[in-house]
Amino acid sequence: MSALQDRIAQARAEGRAALLGYLPVGYPDVPRSIEAMVALVEGGADAVEIGVPYSDPGMEGPVIQEAMDVAVRAGVGLRDVFGAVRAVADAGAVPVVMSYWNPIEHYGVDRFADDLAAAGGAGAITPDLIPDEAAPWLAATERTGLDRVFLVAPSSTDARLAATVAACRGFVYAASTMGVTGARATVSDAAERLVTRTRAVAGELPVCVGLGVSTGDQAAEVAGFADGVIVGSAYVRRVLDGRGPEGVRALSAELAEGVRRGAGVPS
Amino acid sequence: MTSSAVHPPQDRPAPARPSWPDATGHFGVFGGRFVPEALIAALDELTEAYEAMRVDPAFLAEFAALQRDYTGRPSPVTEVPRFAEHAGGARVLLKREDLNHTGSHKINNVLGQALLTRRIGKQRVIAETGAGQHGVATATAAALMGLSCTIYMGEEDTRRQALNVARMRLLGAEVIPVTTGSRTLKDAINEAFRDWVTNVETTNYVFGTVAGPHPFPAMVRDFQRVIGDEARAQVLEREGRLPDAVLACVGGGSNAIGIFTAFVPDEGVRLVGLEAGGDGVDTGRHAATITGGAPGVLHGARSYLLQDDNGQTIESHSISAGLDYPGVGPEHSFLHDVGRAEYRPVTDAEAMEAFALLCRTEGIIPAIESAHALAGALVLGRELGPDALLLVNLSGRGDKDVETASRWFGLGDREHVEPGAGMDTDQRPTEGAVVNDEAVAGQDAGESA
Repeated sequence: MSALQDRIAQARAEGRAALLGYLPVGYPDVPRSIEAMVALVEGGADAVEIGVPYSDPGMEGPVIQEAMDVAVRAGVGLRDVFGAVRAVADAGAVPVVMSYWNPIEHYGVDRFADDLAAAGGAGAITPDLIPDEAAPWLAATERTGLDRVFLVAPSSTDARLAATVAACRGFVYAASTMGVTGARATVSDAAERLVTRTRAVAGELPVCVGLGVSTGDQAAEVAGFADGVIVGSAYVRRVLDGRGPEGVRALSAELAEGVRRGAGVPS
Repeated sequence: MTSSAVHPPQDRPAPARPSWPDATGHFGVFGGRFVPEALIAALDELTEAYEAMRVDPAFLAEFAALQRDYTGRPSPVTEVPRFAEHAGGARVLLKREDLNHTGSHKINNVLGQALLTRRIGKQRVIAETGAGQHGVATATAAALMGLSCTIYMGEEDTRRQALNVARMRLLGAEVIPVTTGSRTLKDAINEAFRDWVTNVETTNYVFGTVAGPHPFPAMVRDFQRVIGDEARAQVLEREGRLPDAVLACVGGGSNAIGIFTAFVPDEGVRLVGLEAGGDGVDTGRHAATITGGAPGVLHGARSYLLQDDNGQTIESHSISAGLDYPGVGPEHSFLHDVGRAEYRPVTDAEAMEAFALLCRTEGIIPAIESAHALAGALVLGRELGPDALLLVNLSGRGDKDVETASRWFGLGDREHVEPGAGMDTDQRPTEGAVVNDEAVAGQDAGESA
């Protein structure tokens, strides 16, 4: 069983897509980042991707880089995410960690899996770890029952899509555009094509779309073809702009309305 | 000579390619691919194109012609006896990559990768650069082959290496100063990867060293191994024996892998990589990745890296922009772990002392990067004693470093001469100290006595 898959299935049963929001722990500091995550849940998100600050976040655009840079300089790291995991779980959403690979490898793959499971985390999303290199992580997640979410991209071949989907548990993260994280004016056509291709090999495993969604209207559009909508930079932007928990809560409410309006959730 | 009996000539007509990495780019536990899925298709495309190209006679002929007619290969081997007087009586030979077109070994690799770019039909290249040598080389190859070119360079490095920024712009490249993180080479690599993942359909990433995700470490090694292939034959021809040790500086490690590879099967030849010790490894302000780091993942591969308790990359420190990198190529980590190569730190002060010595004894201004290898030779020569034969890769020339060196030695203001200070030094001179020619000459005489 998978906590993430169950929650996304529950949203589907309600005739909507799930909303997954991302915030890094440690910006502007650890307590206030956790407050923002709780507000994100209260506004209507189903799951929170708790970001681990990293010194070399190769997939991030300027917004998330800026927040991570502050957190890294303050010495925030993987050990600080477990408190956030508990807070998100207590607030009623599914906590999932999002981390570049080196912080996990340095912490110890098995130790991380044990500590994450003990804190009530559902699993982890690993943006720079492909299943080909993931043997220790696959073993640790088998042992602990944690979810493991890998990414697929528009450039993935059919063979790689199939192999990556087969390695995922919880959901498949469809990185919808070729590029780094950050708000974009329009949802790319590539997103729907990628979801269609992924769904063809995903069976019951949900497919969630990330990269570029920032508004309720965009969330509605993505909800029309995906099982879940992932929003990151737009939340981080609110925190960077000093709009705090209120700003995050309001964005969640707008996006939660969007994923319901998107209606046409494919069965 | 007795030593020729120890190292008899071992002619190998076509030096073998090492059996590593494996098909998925692993050197033992090191290497591999730790990148977003979005880049895998491009890395696969590069791997496939490169594997076809490297055995294609037409490519090999074109590559060889460029190396000869454009780069000026083979580069000579020069014996430096006046310098060697300070190396415990050992003999020192320099492989003169500083004489290549564009002034360093970097051109060897970029010509190969530029040909590969053309073969896969892309019109734009991007690259990272630290000291600017790889950026200049890439801009040069792009101009030669009609490719559009964007270079990412840490803002801090654009200040340290202003001359190379100007060279790149003269060659038609766009130079983008990187203002994130530590504003040095590691951040330039992050930005180049971000550009690549966004523009991968039109753009090829010409990686500058033997680091990064597969296939870069193996491909860059293959393009750089000409250094050692030539040097091994040159030393055998002139000396009738192999060197006792081969020395090279190691940042990412491409010039070192380039000269090491041909000698890896020669078990009697010590392979010594000199890392940037900065202010000293025990101060924490250094770039000696293997000496002072631990295995981890950075920039797409598992290798040694400088990292803190959270697995965050630690900012490195070196007077040499080209060595100021907290990672190292995975093949070096492998050669270290299996004991085939050894890695030693050289401080800024030791490197600058060797820099000054080569200038004054041989009339060769080395790159500060290469001066680390020279400093290593001074120490190893004293360890091995008379009759030892050392081969040092002089990976680049020091034109780009004139300003840094002038500041270090206090050459800016002749009004404030302090006899005995300046270049006659084994420690950082005080501000305002100025080199004194007689003092340096005196040092030469004293130390060679």
